[in-house]
Amino acid sequence: MYVRRRRCYIVKYVLKRLFMVIPILLGITFLSFALMQTASGDVIDAIYEQAGGVPSEEIVAAKRAELGLDKPFIVQYFIWLGGVLTGNMGNSYVSNRPVFQDFMSHLPATVILTLSSIFITVLFSIPLGILSAVKHNKITDYIIRILTFVGNAMPGFFLSLVLLYLFSVQLKWLPATGNNGFVSIILPTVTLAIAMTAKYTRQVRAAVLDELKKDYVLGARSRGVKERIILYFSVLKSSLLTIVTLLGLSIGSLLGGTAIIESIFMWPGVGKLAVDAITMRDYPVIQMYVIWMAVIFVVINLLTDIIYYYLDPRIRLQKER
Amino acid sequence: MYTAYKLTTDHTKIKFYIFLLLVGVLLLVSALAQYIVPHDPYLQDLSNALQPPSWQFPFGTDEYGRCLLSRVIVGATTTVYSSLALVLFTSVLGSIIGVFCGYIGGKTDAVIMRLSDVFLAFPGLVFAIAVAGVLGGGILNAAISLALIAWPRFTRIVRGQVLAVKNMSYMHAAKISGCPWYKMIFKHIMPNVIGPVVVTAALDIGVTIMELAGLSFLGLGAAPPTAEWGSMMSKGRSMMQTAPWTILFPGLAILLTVMLFNLFGDTIRDMFDPTQRRVSVVNCFCKLKNKVKVEGDVNV
Repeated sequence: MYVRRRRCYIVKYVLKRLFMVIPILLGITFLSFALMQTASGDVIDAIYEQAGGVPSEEIVAAKRAELGLDKPFIVQYFIWLGGVLTGNMGNSYVSNRPVFQDFMSHLPATVILTLSSIFITVLFSIPLGILSAVKHNKITDYIIRILTFVGNAMPGFFLSLVLLYLFSVQLKWLPATGNNGFVSIILPTVTLAIAMTAKYTRQVRAAVLDELKKDYVLGARSRGVKERIILYFSVLKSSLLTIVTLLGLSIGSLLGGTAIIESIFMWPGVGKLAVDAITMRDYPVIQMYVIWMAVIFVVINLLTDIIYYYLDPRIRLQKER
Repeated sequence: MYTAYKLTTDHTKIKFYIFLLLVGVLLLVSALAQYIVPHDPYLQDLSNALQPPSWQFPFGTDEYGRCLLSRVIVGATTTVYSSLALVLFTSVLGSIIGVFCGYIGGKTDAVIMRLSDVFLAFPGLVFAIAVAGVLGGGILNAAISLALIAWPRFTRIVRGQVLAVKNMSYMHAAKISGCPWYKMIFKHIMPNVIGPVVVTAALDIGVTIMELAGLSFLGLGAAPPTAEWGSMMSKGRSMMQTAPWTILFPGLAILLTVMLFNLFGDTIRDMFDPTQRRVSVVNCFCKLKNKVKVEGDVNV
């Protein structure tokens, strides 16, 4: 009975949340469309600017009419929206390829980079954070804290250039740019992982310290439960909520593509695609990217909530009531 | 309890004054940058192009033979002051919106909160890149795009605080005694919400410096002839193999500045943090201004 009610609740909740994506999508796509329109110039200007030529008025006007850019922006927005509803995301103004396929071909690179950097981050930050908390105010703690502090203040582009200089230019161990198999992913992954590990270690440390102060830890200790058992079975489990929240945020922004890192390492992901599209004012590509961001946002938030639901009985019971 | 509390306060206070002094020095150096540089940061001298660090040019020179030390010093003005102005602007604007949202409530509140959801939905920098790309380059446009992503954070914090104090008995008392709305907001609500805003703003400075430099690095911030750390590094990228100092020194400048502001922000947080100090935020703020002496057990 209880289990059935629970399942029923979760399904309803997920459906309700998934419906929320519709107004968000409409809002965001409209906002980005409006923003693009307020900017000076459009894709035609950008193309000719890059080519360096000065085209005649007629050619520009004809090209605009061909792409539908001469219509008022509300009309353009609804034409685009109609296309999306019938499953047509449009073609890129620049490459003239279908946007959806183009975008999907860039997605794997970003997903791989996200997974690898999150994996490395979790692998290092959780043990380091626990170590730092357990050795509170000892020399180990200080070293970890100083390192994470520096890591937090390090801009990603500086770190990536330093790593590039050390490992590609000086030692020649790793390729500098592009995507040629396993070795190319190392540098961007390490760059992203260092920055995130610095952030996570601090959070894990704070969460574990907080938990260690609680009464149940004292109770367990006085009952003679081994310190290691307390740490891994009680404290870590309770600190997982913080980690899950952070992971949700990071995965969301990593899946959006890290524009700076991707463009430094020439990693063919969606972040780089988006930046290129923005500089060329390639509306359909930008809109595709915006939709992707909104979907990630809703899905990741939903997943975090569901994981909360299973991790924390307090939240679970509260919601069921 | 009280002794321990007092000790941490003194310790934090000393730290606060040390970092305040350092921040002051940094601000002074940035303000007087053009008078203290050893060379003209914009003077091109191709015979001295790409010189490694030496006594004459401690940080070396760039591809036009300009002194990098001078450019890093002048670059501080652009980066530090625009970041500070940006943080100040967004925190004030965000707080005002937050106070009104929390105070008025209802539909206005709901609409603005949904709007802030949309802004928070995007990973910060990507959204800023999009806006900066749309508006075109320039440090002002970069600042506008960063302001657009930063305000909801402050609005959220302030709104939450306002909702927390809104139904306290002293608010009802004030209302019954005929207190006008503006007085309610500025005299009774504002002092209660200012603490978290100051802390968030202080911790935001470092992040803003990094983001602004990041936008410049992508070519969406300060335009090339202007000395700015991010754009200097972007220029140096192509010469990394032969002249690594062109990226090393601006990078270190960013790193150290961000570290300083982060330390400063952490100290301010320690002074305000209600979980560590167990005093109300108002009390902390008044104490900072030495207006109220908190005595005895502060465990309220």
